[in-house]
Amino acid sequence: MAVTIKLPTQLREAAGGAAEAQADGATVGEVLEGLYSQHGELRERIAGDDGELRRFVNVYLRGEDIRFLDGLATPVADGDEVTILPAVAGG
Amino acid sequence: MPAEALKCKECSTTYPLEARYVCERCFGPLEVAYKPPGSDPAELKRRIQAGPSTLWRYADFLPLERVPRTSLPTGLTPLIRADRLAERLGIGELWIKNETANPTHSFKDRVVSIALARAVELGFDTVACASTGNLAGAVAAHAAYAGLPAYVFIPADLEPEKILSAGAYGAQIVGVRGNYDAVNRLCTEVSGEREGWAFVNVNVRPYYAEGSKTLAYETAEQLGWEIPDRVVAPIASGSLFTKVARGFQDFVDAGLVRGEIPAMHGAQADGCSPVAQAFAAGTDVCRPVKPDTIAKSLAIGDPADGPYAVDLARRSGGSVDAVSDDEIRSGIRLLAETTGIFTETAGGVTTAVLAKLAERGEIDPGERVVAYITGDGLKTLDCVRGTFEVAEIEPRFEAFEETLGAPV
Repeated sequence: MAVTIKLPTQLREAAGGAAEAQADGATVGEVLEGLYSQHGELRERIAGDDGELRRFVNVYLRGEDIRFLDGLATPVADGDEVTILPAVAGG
Repeated sequence: MPAEALKCKECSTTYPLEARYVCERCFGPLEVAYKPPGSDPAELKRRIQAGPSTLWRYADFLPLERVPRTSLPTGLTPLIRADRLAERLGIGELWIKNETANPTHSFKDRVVSIALARAVELGFDTVACASTGNLAGAVAAHAAYAGLPAYVFIPADLEPEKILSAGAYGAQIVGVRGNYDAVNRLCTEVSGEREGWAFVNVNVRPYYAEGSKTLAYETAEQLGWEIPDRVVAPIASGSLFTKVARGFQDFVDAGLVRGEIPAMHGAQADGCSPVAQAFAAGTDVCRPVKPDTIAKSLAIGDPADGPYAVDLARRSGGSVDAVSDDEIRSGIRLLAETTGIFTETAGGVTTAVLAKLAERGEIDPGERVVAYITGDGLKTLDCVRGTFEVAEIEPRFEAFEETLGAPV
């Protein structure tokens, strides 16, 4: 299933300047794996050694924080949009 | 200026003092790193005491090239001895730092003063923010004074007092259909796409956050260059809470005061308590929540500095507690009727947590306690509506005596 991934400005350099990417997968985690296979440098920026998201990385599916869904195991549908954003803002 | 770099709190990567807030390597938060103070304590103290009666007197500890020539006078708010409240709570020495005395009636004038001054130094032409309410008014007012256009993003269902008092300054108010975390997410996206816009609590957040240190500097100076034993302060993002401790530590490091940082007690509302929950669970992972509380100024479900706030509370011998909406209303009343300070819901949270700590016996009678009252009750008037009765009478002396009784 093709999903659009929106990248924050801080990650675009590591993605060859792209603001978006397309990847396949049945879950958010699989989609991110698809993203890493296209832009290898992104893996260590987004995920820790255990494969989980780093603690200051937020991922949203259709605008909802995936921690309110099923985390990386959250299923995605064709045409969905995944947004990656830094967690460090506000207050 | 003693600031020398932006440094990642997670992996220590350093960056120049630009408009950036996130480490590109690990997404950790950046904060301002300083050179050791170049002056001896006596000289530093003289400079502070000879400085203006505003937060700019602490310029030696702020991340600016130079203090702005003019600005809305912010800071040096009263530190009030609260004997009647202390007595009610059965504790010893209690002081209230009254932040309602700032230009827009909350501590947010501090952080905005620093953020806006730095934004101008960095060449930005527009200021913006994601606000739970108090920041909206502060950004709008300081931008008006500086002559910069301002965009203020708020949850659309914010208290009318906060919307009206921000809009009055001429800022463009953007009401976002969603909670604060949705507003924050939108602003994070917008800030990446709008060059020339300084979002005070997004892309210039490291400078903004430094403003809260001045709460501690003032407290120490007003206590005669001493550090309190305990502090109670509200936690929304955790930025104020962690920076107050940093402020006390700065003064210790500079040799201006002796001792160590106070026991830091954080205050949250039950309806939005991700930091209190992490503290209680013995972890530093703050699971985000969907806020549902009358304390809208503290309604951040995904607090950026949450893990650092938990860690600070733990290592300083403090705590993070949460209180119910009813306790918040009682806290507002308790503070008002014993100190003459009318606070908004966040101050109700702080007062209620202070009462809870006293009740639990966590405060030794010999200790000196400071509570930070960060905002003004006039901005959350609905919370006190219906909590007392107005005696309405005819303009006749007999009516007065009939209704309110003859003198005893």
